[in-house]
Amino acid sequence: MYPDDLKYSKEHEWVRMSGDIAEIGVTVFAQESLGDVVFVDLPEVGTNVEQFAKFGEIESVKAVSDLFSPIGGKITEVNSAAADTPEVVNEDPYGSGWLIKVELNDTAQLDELMDAATYQATLE
Amino acid sequence: MASSAHTSPNHPYIPSTDSERAEMLGAIGVDSLDALLEDIPAQHRHPKLNLAAGLSEQELSTVFGSIAAENASPSSGYISFLGAGSYSHYIPSTVRSILQRGEFVTAYTPYQPEAAQGTLQVGFEFQTIVCQLTEMEVANAGMYDGPTAFAEACLMAARVTKRTKIGVLSSTDKRLSDTLLAYSKYQGIEIVEVAADATDIPDDLACIGIQSPNFFGEIEDVQRLTKLAHDNGALSVVHVNPTALGMFKAPGEFDVDIVTAEGQPLGVPMAFGGPYVGLFACKKAHIRQMPGRIIGRTTDTKGRTGYALTLQTREQHIRRERATSNICTSTQLIGLMVTVYAATLGKQGMKDLASLCYQKAHYAAAEINKLDGYSVKSSGTFFHEFVVTCPSAPPKINEALLKKKIIGGLDISDRSESGMLVCVTETSSKADIDRFVKALSEIGVSA
Amino acid sequence: MDRSVTGRKAFTLPASDVPTQNLPDSSLLRDDVELPEVSQLEVIRYFSVLSQLNFSIDTNFYPLGSCTMKYNPKINDELSNLPGLANIHPLQPDVTVQGAIRLLKNLQDDLGEITGLSGVSLAPLAGAQGEYAGLLIARAYHDARSDSARTVAIVPDSAHGTNPASAAMAGLEVVTVRSDDQGNVDVENLRELANSNTAVFMLTIPSTLGLFEPNILEITKIVHDAGGLVYADGANLNALLGVVKLGDLGVDICHSNLHKTFSTPHGGGGPGSGPVMVTNELAKFLPKPVAVKTDVGYVLATPEMSVGSINGFHGSFSIAARAYAYIKALGQEGLRSVSENAIISANYIQAKLRDKYDLAADRYCMHETVLSAARQKKRGVAGLDIAKRLLDFGIHAPTMYFPMIVDEALMVEPTESESKETLDHFIAVMRQIDDEVDSAPELLHDAPHDLPVTRLDEATAARKPVLRWSAEV
Repeated sequence: MYPDDLKYSKEHEWVRMSGDIAEIGVTVFAQESLGDVVFVDLPEVGTNVEQFAKFGEIESVKAVSDLFSPIGGKITEVNSAAADTPEVVNEDPYGSGWLIKVELNDTAQLDELMDAATYQATLE
Repeated sequence: MASSAHTSPNHPYIPSTDSERAEMLGAIGVDSLDALLEDIPAQHRHPKLNLAAGLSEQELSTVFGSIAAENASPSSGYISFLGAGSYSHYIPSTVRSILQRGEFVTAYTPYQPEAAQGTLQVGFEFQTIVCQLTEMEVANAGMYDGPTAFAEACLMAARVTKRTKIGVLSSTDKRLSDTLLAYSKYQGIEIVEVAADATDIPDDLACIGIQSPNFFGEIEDVQRLTKLAHDNGALSVVHVNPTALGMFKAPGEFDVDIVTAEGQPLGVPMAFGGPYVGLFACKKAHIRQMPGRIIGRTTDTKGRTGYALTLQTREQHIRRERATSNICTSTQLIGLMVTVYAATLGKQGMKDLASLCYQKAHYAAAEINKLDGYSVKSSGTFFHEFVVTCPSAPPKINEALLKKKIIGGLDISDRSESGMLVCVTETSSKADIDRFVKALSEIGVSA
Repeated sequence: MDRSVTGRKAFTLPASDVPTQNLPDSSLLRDDVELPEVSQLEVIRYFSVLSQLNFSIDTNFYPLGSCTMKYNPKINDELSNLPGLANIHPLQPDVTVQGAIRLLKNLQDDLGEITGLSGVSLAPLAGAQGEYAGLLIARAYHDARSDSARTVAIVPDSAHGTNPASAAMAGLEVVTVRSDDQGNVDVENLRELANSNTAVFMLTIPSTLGLFEPNILEITKIVHDAGGLVYADGANLNALLGVVKLGDLGVDICHSNLHKTFSTPHGGGGPGSGPVMVTNELAKFLPKPVAVKTDVGYVLATPEMSVGSINGFHGSFSIAARAYAYIKALGQEGLRSVSENAIISANYIQAKLRDKYDLAADRYCMHETVLSAARQKKRGVAGLDIAKRLLDFGIHAPTMYFPMIVDEALMVEPTESESKETLDHFIAVMRQIDDEVDSAPELLHDAPHDLPVTRLDEATAARKPVLRWSAEV
């Protein structure tokens, strides 16, 4: 449910690091609470985002939620599959349901995130 | 102050009897109604309502009969040439008949789609008709009226372009910009007048708001104005007359971004100003910024076609302060009237109707133009409204017309010297028009 | 459109009786209009069959909380369609529509009497427009006093979505005040929040939980002491007719929904009417027009510092006419009876279901009761499933998931129109459904079963919107 190799924010986003690049998406808890995701509003590549700032919105049939970036930096890639077929966020939130990739500019920011066990504890 | 559960004779709208109320109070566990009202400050409880006693249905009919009799209308022998945003058209019997169906009239907003497929499918048909008339890609299920639809369209243009200046063409009905002003007053929006013959506009406008036919009845060059808007990064918002669309090119053919209209001419009584319905259509690309309810087609668990409200996350009940609009209850039943009307008139009927209105209006204009002292100001092409420059103040002419049981056109002398805006629809016979022209000629001489 | 056959028509128009006029340049004219081509019987049959797919007050018990689905008297429809009312143009000179303006004036007076707020405009076309007009009035009031710091609207966490949406449109920052565990406004929280930035406090009375604020006088005093105005959302006015006047409680501005309290038809989503009522001091800010009686007759006037025109003409006149007929038919005692019966009926349902369903607050309610399906959720069935199952019994679901502060909320408002037999039937069905939670949960998860359609795929409807008929599909 909450893979150990990821880091988590209290706004229910996850981070997977590959070198300097942080891949970001929403957790199983988030997509379950939302229900069927119908739309994702993602920013443009090249935009800068600050840690914990809003970068977009995610909508289900009956709800809309802001998306907050767990880390700050420049957005290098945006998942067009999530925009075209938003159900992928429900089906594979940690894999093909990723949302944005950000070039991390300050590794200390990772320390402000939770590991899997800590995040899971916050859900209870 | 009176207290305790009320024990008046039953009213036809209230079934509970004294003994049933007593039984229910017993089940609740209290002796009297007052026990349920203890949170209400005692000194303010049970105020006397200074209202007359209730009337029987027969007495009510008499009251309303006398109210109706005090109003001048075709049913009391008057003919009218008023337009300017509300129009007299014949309403087919099919519209009135379907409106008798309580299942449409007394249903709620279709938030439970399984119990509201009637309302939803009609709404889907309505959206289709709006798209067909305007040749735009998507339409919503209706706004309050034409002017509020126009206001919401301009605000939508501001959201889409992220600009704060809204341009409105000088030839539009003041009602449109007045409503826009009321809607935009506290949203950091500036309204800028754009000259109708402008060849240049500021490069920071969110849109040019255009009305065609315009307030004076004339068809605007929507293609030119749309290009002017687009060349400056602005959207083109066009407010149309739906009857005119039976004849004139639809705005969708000119790459217009948002189209609005007053839907009242399509089968809705003038009814002293309302309720009406605002038509709203736009390009598919802007759909998430479109206000109002939208109905979509989908399937149920058994694969059968069904209809449901969709894209609800734009609306107030979900997005609250970030909603595209605060609109909740709008005008669904009026939308039903429009839908039945359009289905009844059909392809040929809409064309014939537009033609009739055009022919009669142009005949009237030609005849008035021949009169001494009167001239028809409208150049360009007009549909069913035109401006007459009168030999004396239009209010005086209208006063004299009233004595002949004629309701003249709208006094627009504040915008066009000695101007009267005359409207002629299919409800005016040649005899009516000739009577009007004759009266004008008699009055023009003496007024 | 699927049924169109080229050449069919449902209508003929008379031929032109005027000499033929020149047509405009063909470049301005459209080639064709795509609209249905069907016979008149097909029009009648198509829409008649569609109507049969709806639940409605005329055919079903419709206990939607805060919607006040009461009987819509047929005489009101008939009278408002009299030709002398339906065929008058809004721009006719006042002297030719004395009857219409007199009706509006009388309705203004009656609503003023009922609410205790005598400044009335019938212009707003729905509750949300009434709210917006009310907020414009509040802003105009503060602007006139040059108090430009007043930019905040305080709104309870239990508020209807239109409240914050209208506040945002009026350029006000929305600040939320908490409700306590009894469903009341947390008075201490309000005291902390009300300050010199407060333009208005928006409160629904009775609240969206169907409860009357026991601290209402203190609440309005707190807001007034801070220099703000009190706005009452009158959606729930059906509990207050002849029971209490909003003006007596310190309310400065309110709106009413004629399509709720005053029996005008919902029409599947409108048209409505949302008149705004204010104190004498604020009457000069009312939106135009306001009907006035002068020495020379009735006129439609614009108040001296009016917030302007919020729509095209004079409001929903034929809806106002229906509401006026309703008020005249009930009269002084009848209106009081409406609220008293509405309150008794709602409490009766609450009393008979509280052993099976949690209550949002353990107190007597007013005209509606908010139940919670929290107990049922623990046993595997959500409020949504219960609502859909009710449809199988021909009962429209209550309002669901609102207010947001109540878990699995089911808001039930029977109204005074329903007989005790109907209430007892509803109670029996709700108790049966509670049994089904344990004995036959799949019946609930897959409900409704007996309607023209089963649950609809709203996710696909949102992901791949199909919003109009087209020939290819």
